Amino acid sequence: MARIAGIDLPPNKKVEYGLTAIFGIGLTAAKAIVAEVGVDPSKKIKDLTDEEVTKIRKLIEAKYKVEGALRAEIATDIKRLIDIGSYRGTRHKIGLPVRGQRTRTNARTRKGKKKTVAVYKGVVAKK
Amino acid sequence: MSRSLKKGPYVDNKLMKKITTLIDSGEKKIIKTWARNSMIPPEFVGFTIAVHNGNRFIPVYITERMVGHKLGEFAPTRTFRVHSGTRKAEKEREFEK
Repeated sequence: MARIAGIDLPPNKKVEYGLTAIFGIGLTAAKAIVAEVGVDPSKKIKDLTDEEVTKIRKLIEAKYKVEGALRAEIATDIKRLIDIGSYRGTRHKIGLPVRGQRTRTNARTRKGKKKTVAVYKGVVAKK
Repeated sequence: MSRSLKKGPYVDNKLMKKITTLIDSGEKKIIKTWARNSMIPPEFVGFTIAVHNGNRFIPVYITERMVGHKLGEFAPTRTFRVHSGTRKAEKEREFEK
């Protein structure tokens, strides 16, 4: 079982795609990692040798910010926006779209599940 | 699209001039401005700038962490009228933090 950055990688997926299970590693980063380590991209995760896994783990630790560290960074960035009282910060705080999207309709990702009128949607949005 | 790096950040010229004279004289006055689109350069830190929001001037005290943002970000132009029955919900939110 390949375990990298505190995440069990899905054993039946190819390395490139399996690595994307890690928060902070997308397809681009995954491909770059596979290329740098020199693993056959079509190899499944379960077929990786222990050395290959260690190599990948070392590379990720050295070059990428993933999982907890990345989440913490994002949280502090948002916290900063809120603390300085900027427009983006207040939008984060009340759980509405931050980048100027319309809110008359849609915006369900930020507002959460549909609620009938007269209910403050912003609160619901933050689970 | 973001602004070309070649040009550097946009800072309102008049505002910059006023701030530099204030720095030279060493006094701190509130400056009124309509230049909401002006970036905040490090020189502004410590000053209070009254930014127009279309209706009145909102005093903004510039801190270090605001550098790189624009003045308008700190003077909201819209008032959000809260829906009925949300006062309570909002208080609960405050409590969570």
